[in-house]
Amino acid sequence: MNTHDEHHGGHHELTFWEKYVFSVDHKVIGLQYLITSFIFLLIGFSLMMLMRWQLAFPGHPIPLIGGLLSSSLAPNGVMTGEFYNQLGAMHGTIMVFLGIVPLAVGAFGNYIMPLQIGAPDMAFPRLNMMSYWLYLPGGLMMLSSFIMPGGPAQSGWTSYAPLAIINPGQTVWLLSMVVIITSSLLGAINFLVTGLNMRAPGLSLDRLPIFVWAQLVTSVLLLLAFPPLEAAAVLQLADRVMGTSFYLPSGLIILGQPLKASGGGQPLLWQHLFWFLAHPEVYVLVLPPMGIVSEIIASGTRKPLHGYKTMVGSMISLGIMSFIVWAHHMFLSGMSPMLGNFFLVTTMIISVPSVAILTCMIFSLKGGSIRFTVPMMFALAFLPLFGIGGLTGLPLGLTTTDIYLHDTYYVIGHFHYVVVTGSIIALFAGTYYWFPKWYGRKMDETLGKIHFWGTVICMNGIFFPMFIQGMAGQNRRYFDPTAAHHNIPTQPLHIVSSVFAWLLFLFQLPFIYNFFKSMWHGEISEENPWQATTLEWACPSPPPHGNFAKTPRVYRGPYEYSLPGHKTDWFPQNEEAKA
Amino acid sequence: MNGNNYGWGLPVAASSYAHDIDFGIILIHVAMVAIFVLWGIFFTYLLLKYRRRDGVPAEREHEHGALKSLAPDIVVMVFEIGLIVFYAIPSWSKIKMNFPQPGEANQVDIIAEQFAWNIHYPGADGKFGRRDPKLVHFSNPIGLDRDDKDAQDDVVLANEIHMPLGKPTLIRLSSKDVIHSFFIPEFRIKQDAMPGMVIPVWVTPTAVGKYELSCAQLCGFAHSFMRADVIVDTPEDFDAWLKSHAPVKQEAPTKAAESW
Ligand code: HEM
Ligand SMILES: [Cu+2]
Ligand SMILES: [Cu+2]
Repeated sequence: MNTHDEHHGGHHELTFWEKYVFSVDHKVIGLQYLITSFIFLLIGFSLMMLMRWQLAFPGHPIPLIGGLLSSSLAPNGVMTGEFYNQLGAMHGTIMVFLGIVPLAVGAFGNYIMPLQIGAPDMAFPRLNMMSYWLYLPGGLMMLSSFIMPGGPAQSGWTSYAPLAIINPGQTVWLLSMVVIITSSLLGAINFLVTGLNMRAPGLSLDRLPIFVWAQLVTSVLLLLAFPPLEAAAVLQLADRVMGTSFYLPSGLIILGQPLKASGGGQPLLWQHLFWFLAHPEVYVLVLPPMGIVSEIIASGTRKPLHGYKTMVGSMISLGIMSFIVWAHHMFLSGMSPMLGNFFLVTTMIISVPSVAILTCMIFSLKGGSIRFTVPMMFALAFLPLFGIGGLTGLPLGLTTTDIYLHDTYYVIGHFHYVVVTGSIIALFAGTYYWFPKWYGRKMDETLGKIHFWGTVICMNGIFFPMFIQGMAGQNRRYFDPTAAHHNIPTQPLHIVSSVFAWLLFLFQLPFIYNFFKSMWHGEISEENPWQATTLEWACPSPPPHGNFAKTPRVYRGPYEYSLPGHKTDWFPQNEEAKA
Repeated sequence: MNGNNYGWGLPVAASSYAHDIDFGIILIHVAMVAIFVLWGIFFTYLLLKYRRRDGVPAEREHEHGALKSLAPDIVVMVFEIGLIVFYAIPSWSKIKMNFPQPGEANQVDIIAEQFAWNIHYPGADGKFGRRDPKLVHFSNPIGLDRDDKDAQDDVVLANEIHMPLGKPTLIRLSSKDVIHSFFIPEFRIKQDAMPGMVIPVWVTPTAVGKYELSCAQLCGFAHSFMRADVIVDTPEDFDAWLKSHAPVKQEAPTKAAESW
């Protein structure tokens, strides 16, 4: 229990700066991550709300703010293709790297994981602080590109060479990515060491909550997948500013002029390196949310999770398999079609553990006594909606059908069902579930239910039409869909999507209000409001510095609910059984 | 124009392998809907049956029930293995790995650039003239060396492709600048055009008509405007069209070292 004392050189009074800004306490850092990443999500969403205007009403001036935009981006308030591409690339980048990952790992992982394993803090508190203080400047740097000459990146979040090398704006993107990746790597090491070495006595691996397992697997993915992208980004930077040609073949002619570059490079190399990160990244976006949903389902049904070992095994095999499916994003890239067959097979194999996890979650409901609290409603909505995301991956993973569907709106619909109605819904669930832990108060149920129904309906309204558009052959990243004849019949669906996107924004207002109001004025929560069994509920809410007054001792598995003969229907991990 | 080729579902199918692809898409979607509906019924049933009721505690399940959870997995696995073995690998090989002999196909080179499709026909002699990046000029976007004797009858077009009905067209796809993607929805064909590579693509149109080629890979600010008309004619009309387009000899700069 001395660990945290050492870090502070004894118990001197912390100044305001040490306590709230440059804090080394995992809980403060977790909340810093929480607020920052929610703000980034809102920024990424705002960019998309602007794009949704252009998609619904191409060529019409953007109302209200159209006049405020600079005339090179939006002459007379009408968005240019260049501006659209900037917004699109920044939307993708911000959502993935600055929104979901920091929220799922930096916020939830940081705050909850040490508590669930009965640890006083992370293994390396200073490293933890450093990873936040790289994330925030990295994110601000990314945003600053909006005011740089040349503007932000405009080559998609995938930044395919050679386009990314010749387009303006990419340099700041690459530099920021290097900072953000470094931040994630520091976090990943810290999580692994903490999760494996700081477990309370008695908390063997087979007693770890699923959420902790999810964070551990996620950390391994981050640790192994990010370095190649970091290296790849440095090479792309070199191609841009040092005249190298890692990704540039010889003889390129850009707008009629020969490109001055040494040549001899390979654009496919970038794609391999990028997707070697970006596929595992998808599992980084979904594993922690799966962990959150599992925790909530166990306490919300009052029974042990169905198939704990199957779930853990499936998560581990998802993690391993995710490293050998990356080129399913490249079936049509010009890579050998023979290689396509290999990635087809691995992609079909990886669907097996995913199905197993979802099945276990559903079977967990059977025989339960389901409490429809707000977090539970979000967790339950995750199941069918994430299911749609998973199912629609099937025709994209199959080489032949991907010929038609690749790079259409079908893909946009598919992965947004995964990351929006999947990850984001689960992260909302987690927010409502652990809010009492963070602030000792509950969030309002009625506002929560309004938020729930509004959010779920709008999300489906946005993304379902995209499957129809994709079927009709509409290409993604089109700033004016009506320019291609085959998009015209489904153009009204863009209006539907856009209206739901703007409504989705309105339905986030009750959430934001609820969050801040409950933070200060919410109903005081009891110590264990959900009557849950895991260790995070065995310390006060919010936990004091150092978390546990006395290191807890663990006697049993994580989900001992409704044990016959026990006086209550939950039996906390740290409660000694009476002989 | 070709308005009634398109609607809310798949566009008209107009190539020899379009039905192979549609078969897969439809089969998978039927299976998906079936899985989702069955699963949705089960889910709803669980939510109703096991909602919290006073005095009814949760049933504590026994661990050996865990095996049941593998049943859906086995069904999914069998379905996927079937798809791979009997559908994906054979049809993928047919479309992407088995090409018609150049002799029996209508040959065309397609050179993509920001933001146009350059189409190069070898003309009556069946031989492509030499192209050279050094000759690229506003008036000669593909850098065709008109002094080369094979180039005399070559036809070069922008944003307009003609193909004969019922005969395979063999395309060699390349790009001058960035990655583009060759996508004709009615033919169900898509292939990235990768700078530095020449990638073969083939298609046999099965209906006369006018179709649309669009660019499916982000290639810059005018990506959505990068399209071309695809015109499928009867072989006779196609030959007549090709003849009528054979160029009159013109002056062009000479000499160059490499070709692409
Ligand atoms: C909830 C609100 C959201 C809406 C309405 C939305 C909508 C869209 C749309 C319409 C596109 C396609 C744009 C185009 O192809 O031109 C897109 C692209 C994308 N979105 Fe979202 N999205 C949302 C949230 C998210 C989240 C949470 C993520 C997180 C992972 C995300 C990641 C991406 C990525 C990676 C792209 C591709 C960007 C690119 O083309 O480079 N989006 N989004
Ligand atoms: Cu992938
Ligand atoms: Cu293009």
